[in-house]
Amino acid sequence: MAIKLAGRSAPLALDRRAFLVGTAKAGLVMSLGAVLPGCSREQAAEDMAAGDMSRSFSPTVWFVVDAEGGVLVNIAKAEMGQHVGTALARVVADELGADWNRVSIKYVDSDPKWGYMVTGGSWSVHTTWTMLSQAGAAGRTVLCDAGAKMLGVDPADCIAADNEVRAGDRAVSFAEIVQKGDIGRTFTEEELAAMPIKDASERRLIGKPTTARDIPPKSRGEAVYGLDTELPGMVYAHPMLPPTRYGSTIRSIDDSAAKDVPGYRQTLEIDDPSGKIQGWAVVVADTFPAAMKAAKAVAIDWEPGPTAEVAEADLLAEGEKLCADYSKGTLFVDDGDAPAARAAAAETLSGTYRTSTALHFTLEPQNALIEFDDEGVCHVHAGNQWQSLIIPDLAKALEIGEDRIVLHQYYLGGGFGRRLYGDQMIPAALAARALGRPVKLVFQRPEDSRFDCVRSASVQRFDASFDADGALTGIEHAAAAGWPTLAMAPGFLGDGVDGNGKFDPFSINGADHWYTLPNHRVRAINNELAQQTFLPGWLRAVGPGWIGWGVESFMDEVAQKLGQDPVEFRLALLDAAGKNAGTAPQSVGGAARLAAVLRDVRERSGWGRELPDGEALGVATSFGQERNMPTWIACVAHVAVDPGRKAVTVKKLWQTIDCGTVVHPDGAMAQAEGAALWGVSLALHEGAQFENGQVKQANLDAYTPLRMADVPELDIRFIDSTEMPSGMGEPPLIPVAPAIGNAVFAATGVRVRDLPIRLG
Amino acid sequence: MIEFQLNGKTVSSESPDDTPLLWVVRDELKLKGTKFGCGIAQCGACTVHLDGTAIRSCVTPVSAAAGKSVTTIEGLDSAAGRALQAAWVDEQVPQCGYCQSGQIMQAASLLARNPEPSDEEITTAMNGNLCRCMAYTRIRRAIRAAAKEA
Repeated sequence: MAIKLAGRSAPLALDRRAFLVGTAKAGLVMSLGAVLPGCSREQAAEDMAAGDMSRSFSPTVWFVVDAEGGVLVNIAKAEMGQHVGTALARVVADELGADWNRVSIKYVDSDPKWGYMVTGGSWSVHTTWTMLSQAGAAGRTVLCDAGAKMLGVDPADCIAADNEVRAGDRAVSFAEIVQKGDIGRTFTEEELAAMPIKDASERRLIGKPTTARDIPPKSRGEAVYGLDTELPGMVYAHPMLPPTRYGSTIRSIDDSAAKDVPGYRQTLEIDDPSGKIQGWAVVVADTFPAAMKAAKAVAIDWEPGPTAEVAEADLLAEGEKLCADYSKGTLFVDDGDAPAARAAAAETLSGTYRTSTALHFTLEPQNALIEFDDEGVCHVHAGNQWQSLIIPDLAKALEIGEDRIVLHQYYLGGGFGRRLYGDQMIPAALAARALGRPVKLVFQRPEDSRFDCVRSASVQRFDASFDADGALTGIEHAAAAGWPTLAMAPGFLGDGVDGNGKFDPFSINGADHWYTLPNHRVRAINNELAQQTFLPGWLRAVGPGWIGWGVESFMDEVAQKLGQDPVEFRLALLDAAGKNAGTAPQSVGGAARLAAVLRDVRERSGWGRELPDGEALGVATSFGQERNMPTWIACVAHVAVDPGRKAVTVKKLWQTIDCGTVVHPDGAMAQAEGAALWGVSLALHEGAQFENGQVKQANLDAYTPLRMADVPELDIRFIDSTEMPSGMGEPPLIPVAPAIGNAVFAATGVRVRDLPIRLG
Repeated sequence: MIEFQLNGKTVSSESPDDTPLLWVVRDELKLKGTKFGCGIAQCGACTVHLDGTAIRSCVTPVSAAAGKSVTTIEGLDSAAGRALQAAWVDEQVPQCGYCQSGQIMQAASLLARNPEPSDEEITTAMNGNLCRCMAYTRIRRAIRAAAKEA
């Protein structure tokens, strides 16, 4: 499953290639469909079992039309609040000509036939858009051809709409076609790629208002999350976490006091052949309350690992040291000769920006229910974002083949990147096998926080150079943090632009921005102390979520030094020239689209107007998660700082967003609202610290995400566009913190350099 | 054995007295709509009604429910409760949805005491319920809409 990354712009290209693999698999299934025409392999098997070879029509693995005209769309993405099932099903249904009321969705379990399974990076709509459009178009083509035959007309005179094929005033329903029509048809991958996709003007579902399919059950308490699953005969396991993520070993376990807890069974030391789980034990009991009680009573003596005394300040100090050394790091951008510009500079300006450790704090704590069936197949019941990452690790831990592991998908009680890794599945699976019965492992909140795959503390340093006339001649940028991709998916590391070294694209994306600079160098640096102390994770908005804090704050510093308006300064650099001109289809227009949203938000926010003392506007932009999938955003924050210059209040946020075609408008707006508020929360309310090698703020009494009382007014606008859709789950988070910081500067003259922002 | 009313029916629990009501409701009585979030009464995902008042079931021992009436999201049947659930759909409130049972139970308790809350009163009543997806503006809008409806 491991896919090698080639070239530096690779994360998205790689993901696309992974999707092409998925498409190829679909093509494979369709060629098998030639044996049983019009059926997927799975459907064919089901049909054979039912003794009915022509009951349904499934030209690709992605959907099935049944004999009653019901359309089932398979969703291989995790549903974690982004209503992805609704968005993807509408892409298929629109092309197919389906009646939306006849469409249902199914979140599928892991299976190689779905291709590479990952939900993250705000990728889902963007990366499946072409494939699902083609799948829908393939279905429409077959239904129109078969329907035309039944109606005795030319297929060219037919359209598919509202679950029927129409020619003039005559029509035949999808149901009739599936029952009686000639739907024995397969497509090669090449034929699929050539499928005629509807013009935007012909769309009936994409871009139109609708309600999300997952919302009614979530409003009645009926949605089933991983934590809600049970199996007969299961026992509960409570994790006992060592003092450090790595290198701790158990000296002794004393469970004598736990034996008085009714329902306590035993404490199991976890020996993980994959090496991912080091020094853990699990307390096993008949019920979770008994497991919680017994966990308090079990005393474990650990030999602590080497990072048992690391503190947050150590992580930041290491980052500062690394950034200050111009020889460190892997070159991610190297346009022109920025060091030479610095050597020749008449003047320079340096700025350092830091972010503290941040937690995912998914409200559903990590959990997994594991059962081995009679054939020894390991069934995992848990919500998960990256099945293709954890299955190989589980296979190593269990020393079985990857084909012996199935992940059953549920609603995710928050993902935000935490569920990209399923490390809790490993001890649960090892315990289930050792005990010979199903095991449900549940983290309590303190365990969930302590062993979160946190967003690493980060340090960024910027050096700007100016010539004798005061003109900006170059910017050097260094960014140091723990690298999640190095820890969990090293195959996805990128290669330095000069051929030297590797970088984590998910810890540097955003530094390759769309501002045209005369000389520009970016160094990506791994903070090895962070890497050794904890498991760095991908947190909502990932690299750009903290890279953007530095880039956009420093842009303001430079504008201020040059005495220029921050908006005008940015617009001048967004010239859409050279590499910033954009590429079809994903970034048509390039930096001109970023300039357009910036002008729009300037207008709407009343930029430049007079405000009371202590209040100001600040601006920032973002292009989302990756240059190859830009979501163009400009943000203005209206901030009030109290007279004592201690408290920062965000009164209002404006955002103008161009994400290309908006597939599910209300879902996109919900993501924008949530992500923008995450931006406020990470700017002002969320900060954790490592203390003695562990996350200190383990629960809500110390870690304090934004609450209703902290919510500013939001004014978010989407640009009408028919360009290729990009991502929406994360990008609106990115510009919020720098817009707030820049507003604080405008209000007080104090440049804030640390997230979360703490004045005075 | 502890007996109480759960969504209008008499039920009994064999769990020790100090067992949090949350786990009795979820695991012993199999109503999974009430959620486990923080375990220290600070996120509100576990909110149920005890004799009509919103409480945090993760820190309430089952013994405290003895002889009383417990209502969960599955049994929320007041006019305001139905209006809230309809408004949650109309306003497209839930994202991941995990906190929403607790949000709705908290809001139902508010509307039972105060059928026409101001925005400030809504915020005061709801501030203890964390929504990690931060769907707060829609939660507030849905409560306003339900208050008009009920």
